[in-house]
Amino acid sequence: MENNEQHIILKTKNLSIGYVSKKAQTVIASGINIELHQGELVGLVGANGIGKSTLLRTLTKVQNPIKGQVFINNKPLEKQSALDLAKILSLVLTEKLISKNLSVFELVALGRQPYTNWVGNLTSEDIFIVNQALEQTHIEDIKHKKCFELSDGQLQKVMIARALSQDTNLIILDEPTTHLDMYHKAYILKLLKKLAKETGKTILFSSHEIDLAIQLCDSMIVMTKGHVEIDQPCNLIQSGAFEKLFPKDLIAFDETTGSFRIKK
Amino acid sequence: MTPIKTYNIPFLILSLVLIFCFFVNISLGSVYIPINDVFNSLLGSETSQDSWNYIITNYRLPKAVTAILVGSGLGISGLLMQTLFRNPLAGPFVLGISSGASLGVATIILGSGLFGSAFAACLMSKWSIVIAASLGSFLVLFAVLITSLKVRDTMAILIIGLMFASITASVVSVLSYFGSAEQLQQYIFWGFGSLGNLSWHELLIFSIIYSFGLLISIGSVKSLNTLLLGENYAKSLGLNIKRSRLAIIISTSLLAGTITAFAGPIAFIGLAIPHLTRQIFNTSNHKILLPAVFLFGSIIMLVCDSISQVPNSDLTLPINAITALIGAPVIIWLLVRKRKMIF
Repeated sequence: MENNEQHIILKTKNLSIGYVSKKAQTVIASGINIELHQGELVGLVGANGIGKSTLLRTLTKVQNPIKGQVFINNKPLEKQSALDLAKILSLVLTEKLISKNLSVFELVALGRQPYTNWVGNLTSEDIFIVNQALEQTHIEDIKHKKCFELSDGQLQKVMIARALSQDTNLIILDEPTTHLDMYHKAYILKLLKKLAKETGKTILFSSHEIDLAIQLCDSMIVMTKGHVEIDQPCNLIQSGAFEKLFPKDLIAFDETTGSFRIKK
Repeated sequence: MTPIKTYNIPFLILSLVLIFCFFVNISLGSVYIPINDVFNSLLGSETSQDSWNYIITNYRLPKAVTAILVGSGLGISGLLMQTLFRNPLAGPFVLGISSGASLGVATIILGSGLFGSAFAACLMSKWSIVIAASLGSFLVLFAVLITSLKVRDTMAILIIGLMFASITASVVSVLSYFGSAEQLQQYIFWGFGSLGNLSWHELLIFSIIYSFGLLISIGSVKSLNTLLLGENYAKSLGLNIKRSRLAIIISTSLLAGTITAFAGPIAFIGLAIPHLTRQIFNTSNHKILLPAVFLFGSIIMLVCDSISQVPNSDLTLPINAITALIGAPVIIWLLVRKRKMIF
């Protein structure tokens, strides 16, 4: 346990998230205390509209917390400059690429931007890291293809490679498995698991693939109304956290298989 | 196998074509000058007739240099705007630069009746039009910039620029309604654009401001490439979005603003050149695109100017008409042939 203490990559302290407008503030969730350790694969699950994206946006400094603090590498998030943060935290977002005319290599190489000089020239070390990222995500064979030639599954691997080439301790992915077929969903999550284990990076992703996440994640964050819980998947199953995820009229959580079943 | 494609050969070819077009442009004109006399004049030695030397050094050479500055400057500002606004239809004038300039010029030319005729006479000089155009574009641009600092969304800036353009356009039409036929004609002639008529002195000021714009655009290459991923990714890569956006907008304004002030609102080049360049170079990397657009814009502008001169005749066609007349079909042809828009 003490050993773990040193390797906390991300920690929140009494975090409240939500939106502030001129007239009022809307608190979506409060009292969030989570810790992510080095080399962990962490899944974030919750119903639509529960605030998964808001949580991720707050953790990545896209928006400010209403209360409480986020620490990355034991440093408060608000004290880190954008460039410093870019060297410890990389993102894979759901938004579409602006230009799909980039080649896979060029796109992955853009992950080196925080390290390159003013005009963005790649050093041999940069190229080595980019190639390593291509290798780790098994996309070396398509590195000269243009992004518009790729399938959704391939593109997602490319985006993960881009995050890898940014060489950060923490990678946060927002719903990396949407638009993918069942095979590629499993493929991407398994890839993330492998990367977390091999590279020692902490990987946090939000997903609706609860059954897959239960099977692969080291720990999971379960968001329900007013409550955010983090634990190992088996403990969460035992405590019945997944049952509280959704209204009970249509589906029920089956503890033995770790998946949801339609009520007959 | 190099991971990044190099483009040395196309760059070499384009540079040679540019040099070729430069000499063709200088050797063509309303007065026929033999090619060896053109070279003699450029090298500073004697020409067969003194007037030829004068024509070349004081008329054709500044015009060719202007063409290069105008073509490259408009092309680059178009490239910057298309990347910044993530919109293939954006051009250097989306920020209201040309509409601001036309407002300034319209105020001087059409509004001169309001100031009285004696005052009007001194307003009519070339410099006053340049100053009016600069002031006008600066004012509109400043208004767009102020509002752009308040909005987060880059697309909103595009709309705001278009809105300012319609406001100035309506003011210009009110002014034209009250203007005399002669004034209207003068205003319309300004709108045709012109690469000639610039003295070396004017060209010096032009190129100094142009260089500032060009330098800022070169400094923005890295942030432009980052912006290809979208603003959220760019932010996560440590890019200061507001500052890079400001740098890109300032660069465009300096380039397109001075060009419009000195050569009039030259349509089309800014929109078309980046697309033509992308078709040939097939990359989105601005480290390649920026110099390519520079070369390509200069070449196209020199060609358009050579055509508008109608060699060996006294006729000079409005450059603004030529650029669109030549350029638009080329773009259509390229897009139809390639069947897809590269962006």
